[in-house]
Amino acid sequence: MTVTLFIPCFVDLLYPQVGISMVRILEKLGHKVDFPEQLTCCGQPAFNSGCWDEARGLAEPVLTRLRNADVVVIASGSCGAMLKVFYPQLFAGTHHESAAKALSAKCYEFSDFLVTKLGVTDVGASFPAKVTYHDGCHGLRELHIKDAPRALLSRVRGLELVEMQEEVCCGFGGTFAVKFPMISTAMGEVKCSQALATGAEYIVSSDSSCLMHVQGLIDRQGLKLKTIHLAEVLAS
Amino acid sequence: MSAPVQQFKSQADVVSRDLRHREFIQTALNNYAVVRDKNRNAFRNYPAARQAAAETKWEAIHHLDRHLEQLATRLEARGTHVHWASTGEQARDIILDIIRRKNARSIIKSKAMTSEEIHLNEALEREGFEVVESDLGEFIVQLRKETPYHIVFPAMHLRRGEIRDLFNRELNSGSTEDPEELTMVARRVLRQKYIQADIGFTGANFAIAETGMISITENEGNARLTAALPKTMVTLLGIEKVLPRLEDLALFLPLLATSGTGQPLTCYNTLYGGPRRPAEPDGPEEYHVVLLDNRRTQILADPEQRDALHCIRCGACLNVCPIFRNVGGHTYGTTYSGPIGSVITPHLRGLQEWKHLSYSSSLCGACTETCPVKIDLAHHLLQNRRNATQQKPSWPWKIGFKLMNFVFKRPALYWFVPKLGRIGQALHPIVKGTRLDPAYAWTRSRETPRIARQTFREWWRGRG
Repeated sequence: MTVTLFIPCFVDLLYPQVGISMVRILEKLGHKVDFPEQLTCCGQPAFNSGCWDEARGLAEPVLTRLRNADVVVIASGSCGAMLKVFYPQLFAGTHHESAAKALSAKCYEFSDFLVTKLGVTDVGASFPAKVTYHDGCHGLRELHIKDAPRALLSRVRGLELVEMQEEVCCGFGGTFAVKFPMISTAMGEVKCSQALATGAEYIVSSDSSCLMHVQGLIDRQGLKLKTIHLAEVLAS
Repeated sequence: MSAPVQQFKSQADVVSRDLRHREFIQTALNNYAVVRDKNRNAFRNYPAARQAAAETKWEAIHHLDRHLEQLATRLEARGTHVHWASTGEQARDIILDIIRRKNARSIIKSKAMTSEEIHLNEALEREGFEVVESDLGEFIVQLRKETPYHIVFPAMHLRRGEIRDLFNRELNSGSTEDPEELTMVARRVLRQKYIQADIGFTGANFAIAETGMISITENEGNARLTAALPKTMVTLLGIEKVLPRLEDLALFLPLLATSGTGQPLTCYNTLYGGPRRPAEPDGPEEYHVVLLDNRRTQILADPEQRDALHCIRCGACLNVCPIFRNVGGHTYGTTYSGPIGSVITPHLRGLQEWKHLSYSSSLCGACTETCPVKIDLAHHLLQNRRNATQQKPSWPWKIGFKLMNFVFKRPALYWFVPKLGRIGQALHPIVKGTRLDPAYAWTRSRETPRIARQTFREWWRGRG
């Protein structure tokens, strides 16, 4: 099938390897990948800041461009939740309401797409390391994805998955990270200490935004931890 | 910036870096989570129980007028005086009036967050009355002249040594820090107060419309003594506490205990319906129930957030909230802290002044996930943000997003973003970490990610 890939702005600019890995995996599984270049951002920063008019400004082209897509795969749990859960709220009562609902029905976060839609758990990856998995909150609690990334990791050769004590937010939270930087940092420190306690070398996640925040703390504090996106692990 | 937001930010900066506080709260709440989960699993079907509770509260709140009238009629039939207070001030005046008419001097109180909400203790003390909190945690924070740290665990921020020092200073208890001995010290003081008190004041956990009864659930027996010994009893409760039927308690009492303290059921569960009847050996001669609105009807009028009135004040959302766990209860500067406080305080005390609480969230949704009555807390924080912005736009952010839209919707302009970003990053070290750094809020505690040598788009185009 033709998979339309939605690459969020921060993946495009900061973590292109995540998108490239997704393209390679999808093509390896025999699918055609379409990337709508004119789509840059889902509008979540404005939405979460209460500026819903501005959020709609960015979201409308997304609705229009993705109208004819068969399936949309989003390279982030958080942006995935924006398209799948929050667009219908954002456009409720407007003439885009039905388009938002139609888009919602065909949106998948990457790991969910592989496992739920394609029924694939083994993509032939090999990553010999001890890792722990960080659930991005939007993926976990808005999209209810918990098992899919773990199913994928369990089939990676050489990989050992160890779980952290609890599913707790890493503290990124978009603009929250700069509006309340010290709270955000404290939350990130709690996350890092839980990851360190597992003895893992890597924190793996489906959200580059969480990993950007956590890696920023790791680098500043010189912690013995690395971060990597699930797609990069699966492309290894 | 207005005062509450400044106070919140500066205190949050201090507490979130206090590693002793962090460790202490994490340990306490992790222990709570273990027993909470154990008792949730003891329900035959916890998700179904939660759904049933949400539906019962929906019914209670959507017919609030009918349920309240029924409650009042049944209470009055047993000789209880029912008072209706639209505001905190009215509630204080009603209570002061009762106290004056009874020529009372001293008031013994069991735990009531609604009394914190209307600042009752200060009002009574200002008029020269003696007010004593009888819940152990509340007794401790009252001695410290503090507000409760948590709606269920008022003194959870204090360690044994601090309570030992406090009791020794205020009550001459010596150097013991044995919890049992410290409790006995408080008990000796409090027993005298119950006997001396003219008025027993309580809050309520639920009010049963069908039978006209007030349900109080507790672990120390202090509410029973507060209700049984003084000649006059006064109960203050928010109008959202009403439940339609007596049988609803069969669900709500274990649900509240499990979510609140991780117990299967609290130790003492009592129903109060009226003053002492002839031939009854104890209980008050006069019973007053004060029903408090204090802008709860504002929440009722908002169909999007009406379910915030489902709240049974169990504190479960505070316990899982990473913001609460890192900033602590006092930082909020509100009666109700944590996610539920961040949702309702803007309704109760003004959106513009308290909107920062709705912004101070990573929107992780742990609150929504744990709420035993299924309040859509995380999404209500988003709605508060939207409402605040619609009412009074924050121009720097609005202009920023408009500018971002202008660039991000035009591929020809977006093409420049990585190019300019790379130049910006090359120059960044000149100001990085200083107050001139435009990314200071980030770089103060974190390293910045690098703009890729080749963006995804550039790679995609390169493939042809």
